[in-house]
Amino acid sequence: MQDFDFIRADSIAHAVALLRDGSDSRLLAGGQSLLAAIKLGLMSPARLIDLSRLPALQAVHSGGDGGLTVGAMARHATLARHPALQQHCPGLARLAGGIADAQVRERGTVGGSAANADPSACWPAGLLALGAVLQTDRRPIGADDFFTGLFSTALAPDEVLCSLHLPRPRRLAYLKFEQPASRFALVGVAVAQFDDCVRVAVTGTAAGVLRLPAFERALGRRFEPAALAGLRLDPALMSSDLHAGADYRAHLAAVAVRRAVLAALGGVEAVAGARA
Amino acid sequence: MSVHSISLQVNGQPRSVAGLPAATWLVDLLRDHLGLTGSHVGCDTAQCGACTVLLDGRAVKACNLLALQAEGAAVETVEGLASAQAWHPLQLAFSQQHALQCGFCTPGLLMRAEAMRRERHPADPLQVRQALAGNLCRCTGYQGIVDAVCQVLAADQAGTQPG
Repeated sequence: MQDFDFIRADSIAHAVALLRDGSDSRLLAGGQSLLAAIKLGLMSPARLIDLSRLPALQAVHSGGDGGLTVGAMARHATLARHPALQQHCPGLARLAGGIADAQVRERGTVGGSAANADPSACWPAGLLALGAVLQTDRRPIGADDFFTGLFSTALAPDEVLCSLHLPRPRRLAYLKFEQPASRFALVGVAVAQFDDCVRVAVTGTAAGVLRLPAFERALGRRFEPAALAGLRLDPALMSSDLHAGADYRAHLAAVAVRRAVLAALGGVEAVAGARA
Repeated sequence: MSVHSISLQVNGQPRSVAGLPAATWLVDLLRDHLGLTGSHVGCDTAQCGACTVLLDGRAVKACNLLALQAEGAAVETVEGLASAQAWHPLQLAFSQQHALQCGFCTPGLLMRAEAMRRERHPADPLQVRQALAGNLCRCTGYQGIVDAVCQVLAADQAGTQPG
């Protein structure tokens, strides 16, 4: 039987103070990964700090620079059906609507997923491809610096992720091949095209979400699947388990980039055989 | 071990429980403290959906949620579906379409389907299958379940059935 204490933060400053008071604490967002990990005995924090009663962490609003800011506690389901995100970046709303299953999407949060940095999660790929800026209680962190490895981020032990600033791409599509039981991505790829560059990020990797510079350069010259002819992923980048070997994941990832480009150009209807 | 008090609404009734350990799952609060054993614990790891209940109108998995996270919320369980006089339309449709055999998963499926009614989910079989992806059934092969849910969603949209 697990045993832990539970406390509701009544402000972001309160949450930071609790993280600094010496107790072995974890921040509780939606809990869809954290609570499962506790139940499975993979984690045993002494105290959970619940962030659910802080309205500032749930707001979604447009920024002055054409970006969209979403609160770290915005839930996947909320974002999937949010008109502002659907309008700002429909590919990201679809990413949110394809995570896990409907019940999990009603609880899981974008900030929780980013802070957990599961190497098979969908949000990290979308956020990295987009070049999102993750705002904490004390500083902004660009997605390139935020994701630092397997379940690892640039967040300090006493730092609270507050919101995510999403630039507006010309196009973005996310495409994944699911592990059918867990519905985590075996491989997931997000492709974002901007006026001056293309960014490609992949999940299902050995060391957390990664960008694919060679694919980005090729797509920057010509944004179409044919531009990727001959490009492969190094299987050493990919994770390997009983569900899929690294070489298979590397192959799937290259296929997923091509299909994501197609999806970005023509909508998800253009892609058969995998969920976008 | 820290203990807490909780107040919430369950099937329309205000309920309070004191002396609750923080590490109490919502499904255990419902089953062990409130005697509502309709919500089932199947996988206990948020995969199978047998524990699905409505939290403020949204379907969630009560085995992967702390009771304390439901403080102040409105929880609805399968016990709250039918009125004293009549079965709920989903219960009738599940019966008519042979949407269960052993019945273990049924409470969770009914609650997910009830959430889909409130979401005004389309009565399209493929979309219904995707929307039910968080509920596993080992008996039926799903066809009867999809038929039953589609029947009710279609009737809702045609306005031929009381809500």
